[in-house]
Amino acid sequence: MKTNILPIIAATSLVVLFAACSTTPDADKPGAKPDAAAAPAPEATARKSAPTVDLTARGKDGSAMLKDPNSPLSKRQIFFEYDKFEIKAEYKGLVEAHAKYLRENPAAKMLIQGNADERGSREYNVSLGQRRSDTVKRALILLGAKDSQIESVSLGEEKPVCTDHAEGCWSKNRRDDMLYNGEY
Amino acid sequence: MLLKVLLSLLGAACLTISSAQAQLSIEITGAGAQRTPIAVAPFAGEASLPPSISTIIRGDLERSGLFRNLEVPALNPALTEASNISYADWRARLADALVVGSLVQLPGGRFETRVRVDDVVKQTRLGAVALPTSKENMRAVGHRAADYVYEKLTGEKGVFSTLISYVVKRGNAYELQIADADGVGDQTILKSNEPIISPAWSPDGKRIAYVSFENKKPVVYVHSIADAKRTVAANFRGSNSAPAWSPDGSRLAVTLSREGGSQIFVMAPNGSGLKRLTSSQAIDTEPRFSTDGRWLYFTSDRGGSPQIYRMPATGGDVQRITFEGSYNVTPRPSPDGKTLAYITRNGGKFQVAILDLANRQTQIISDSDRDESPSFAPNGRMILLATVINGRGVLSAVSADGRVKQRLTTTAGDVREPAWGPFID
Repeated sequence: MKTNILPIIAATSLVVLFAACSTTPDADKPGAKPDAAAAPAPEATARKSAPTVDLTARGKDGSAMLKDPNSPLSKRQIFFEYDKFEIKAEYKGLVEAHAKYLRENPAAKMLIQGNADERGSREYNVSLGQRRSDTVKRALILLGAKDSQIESVSLGEEKPVCTDHAEGCWSKNRRDDMLYNGEY
Repeated sequence: MLLKVLLSLLGAACLTISSAQAQLSIEITGAGAQRTPIAVAPFAGEASLPPSISTIIRGDLERSGLFRNLEVPALNPALTEASNISYADWRARLADALVVGSLVQLPGGRFETRVRVDDVVKQTRLGAVALPTSKENMRAVGHRAADYVYEKLTGEKGVFSTLISYVVKRGNAYELQIADADGVGDQTILKSNEPIISPAWSPDGKRIAYVSFENKKPVVYVHSIADAKRTVAANFRGSNSAPAWSPDGSRLAVTLSREGGSQIFVMAPNGSGLKRLTSSQAIDTEPRFSTDGRWLYFTSDRGGSPQIYRMPATGGDVQRITFEGSYNVTPRPSPDGKTLAYITRNGGKFQVAILDLANRQTQIISDSDRDESPSFAPNGRMILLATVINGRGVLSAVSADGRVKQRLTTTAGDVREPAWGPFID
């Protein structure tokens, strides 16, 4: 049940956001009525510009947040144990942060590239990487991101970040990389 | 000694034929227990069109692991297919078989290579053939001649005229190449800055399906060799990989994640008529059709560890094939359908194993420890595989009985993902 509420909250806040956006420009529209000639009216005082509370900032400046080293959103890698696919507890916060971003930025798209270490069959490793990227995609969807926002794929063992033939490297290669649109 | 001479001859031939630095060189690291001693006499007139036909034939026969070349002194006059053969003389040289022939210039500037094979023990002529020849196709003619000799002497088709494909990686550059089965005459058919894996020849030898990561995800392409035309076969949402041709070339089996997980689908090579064949919560991948088209062998971890299974090629009941060990992947049915080559984890080693599908006996046939991607020669005799020697990716070929072993290396980078092409008529 809990998981169903999240998208609703997200959707509701989006409605609010969009409503705020559309009312602001309306107030500035010049009067279009042609009957101004009837009687001279007192000169209108130019309205002072009012400061805006911009709730969309989070969304608009999201791409900056994605790269801000102080934001958890700048962290894009999730590492896995050997032959394991579940997301370790230490990455829970990271996954939640990205889910929140995706919820609040419905136009954002994410590509999750799963990876495997070099041992064994290249094609089987494509499938192992796929299982890892599918796992994170599923977690993001449970946290309110939309299926259409996320594509989970696998690079198998083809894109290691570390190339020694030992566990020290293999553990770095068993990972998901999360990329946002514009980054792939 | 003889082997050394032959190899250096072969090396010399290679140098004259191709200037590409990436060319594979072959080293023979194991031979059959009983090799037929054969004398391949220098062909009359062959010096006029290098590389010499008899040298190509000798190299091919030697590499098959089934023959041992005897030293044949220069004869004057040279023997030809029309010569009277003194079987007693050749028996005295311990030859079981004799190959003689000539390169003849025909009116109009054309050439013809004539080849004759004799059984010295039975003192009979096994056959003779004439092959149209030109300066451009000398190597092809040599391989054809070797195929002819091989078939006359063993009763099975030779594979010296076939092609292989493989991927060379240098730094972050990947090249999909094709070459003669002996590694000579390499041509790059695709260059990319992103990985290329799983090349698979169409049964007619005209196209290669493969997986390219050029779009930041695996996509299956079909590449027409002659005109370099590439078509996307599978680019669905998610990963697209592991292409395998049906024996009639009308279908491609692929692994797709479009519906979640890795599942096996079949479709036309242009991507139409997609049909899902497996539906499990597990990984199902590496599909391979049996030669008769009835079965699809594949890798699945539905039983908890990756093992090999098979199902009817149209989908249906799944049967487990491998039981020993906790990691058996990459099934490759033999051309005669009697055995299955695959990769097994044996201790910490990944090695090529052969399973006899009738009696269920398995045998590990490689002595390397990081083997991948076994690929049968179309006559089923040899298996080409990728492995790692001294930290470098190399190709290796091993006979189905594990005795004959060769290594194909290039100084230019890592070689991997071999696929042996079909017979070409």
